[in-house]
Amino acid sequence: MSDFDTEDRLRFEQLVLPHVDAAFNLARWLLRSRADAEDVAQEALLRSYRFFRGFHGGDARAWLLQIVRNTCYTWLEKNRPMELNMEFDEELHLQTCATPETLAIAGDDRKRLTLALETLPPRFREILVLRELEGCSYKEIAAITAIPIGTVMSSLSRARRQLHSALVDSPQGARP
Amino acid sequence: MRCDFADSLLQGYFDGELSGRRAAEFERHLRHCVHCATELVDLDLLRDRMQLAQLYEPATAALRRRINAPLRAIAPTKAVSRPLVWHWLAAAAALLFVSILLWRVGHGVRGDDYQAELAGEIVDAHVHSLQPGQMNGIASNDERVVEGWLEGRARFAVPVRNFASDGFALKGGRVDVIEGHAVAVLVYERNRRPINVFIWPTRERDSPPRTGSLQSFQWVDWRKGKMEFCAVSDGSPVDLEQLRQLINSFA
Repeated sequence: MSDFDTEDRLRFEQLVLPHVDAAFNLARWLLRSRADAEDVAQEALLRSYRFFRGFHGGDARAWLLQIVRNTCYTWLEKNRPMELNMEFDEELHLQTCATPETLAIAGDDRKRLTLALETLPPRFREILVLRELEGCSYKEIAAITAIPIGTVMSSLSRARRQLHSALVDSPQGARP
Repeated sequence: MRCDFADSLLQGYFDGELSGRRAAEFERHLRHCVHCATELVDLDLLRDRMQLAQLYEPATAALRRRINAPLRAIAPTKAVSRPLVWHWLAAAAALLFVSILLWRVGHGVRGDDYQAELAGEIVDAHVHSLQPGQMNGIASNDERVVEGWLEGRARFAVPVRNFASDGFALKGGRVDVIEGHAVAVLVYERNRRPINVFIWPTRERDSPPRTGSLQSFQWVDWRKGKMEFCAVSDGSPVDLEQLRQLINSFA
């Protein structure tokens, strides 16, 4: 332990650790599993700590979420490559993962929404999570996901439409 | 049927991402575009629904513990080398850490928050010591000056000796407060590396030296004459042992 380590750790604790919730939430939705998300979020946090010297101020949450996202995709590539390959076959994905029946069986609206959200391709799912759950601005989303702001808008639009139709397709999906 | 603006301006407007001028333009468009007006309501309903469902999943306490524990053991990737003054301060922080550790071990203090408390105290003391004029010390190679300075502050007599002829030059002393107890610290220099010797009174019997290393620091702890000593440096353990014998022969 040297002096700088202590100072870095203090800075890390002040700037980055407040965003552990955000890290876990994003990982949980990208991986669709709490247990896996805990492992990957932990790995991402340690990785961010190791490279903390590369962070020169700015948006610590966006910086951390970028690392979480990359760690998630690396994990998915290694453990569930099929999931990433399916992302452009939206219709098939919708049919296989969340039929109206499975959505209807899911009791309350939270379960219905969870299932519907989990049927979306990861890249649409993450953008909705960042915007609707995390409250990120377009600029932050662009930084985290490494896509241009214009693409953020169109991706959000497609993601919202897909989620909407996944919910409406379910007999009990549309709310009274 | 969808409007051409549905994938761009509509989203930006809904998310409050348009500039005032563009938002006003889009509002004019909204007045006569039923598609956008309808979709805007749908977007709003969807957002409400997502928020009501409370989909956000915060980290569990278990995950926080899993993240915190290893951080204590890992150092971020090293950057460029630093001025010498940092070494001095670095040693001070590390010494404090070791001394608290020993203090805790000696007093049998244990608990779930042990790690967190320990780290908190180190960081607090460290940050405090970085403030200008907060080093709480005296820089002098004069045994009597240092001894007199410590006597007034530590509330116990501290044996001070300059071992410059043996290669351990006295640089000064200071007082640290650990868990409400005043601890005297003597600062020596050996081959341009600082060695800090923490000293505090104890009721325990004399004990042979215990040694250890923590990160890149070596420490040796021993008790003699109702005083406990703990010397720490980032130098060689042989140097520490030599200094220990010098102090012991005199204490």
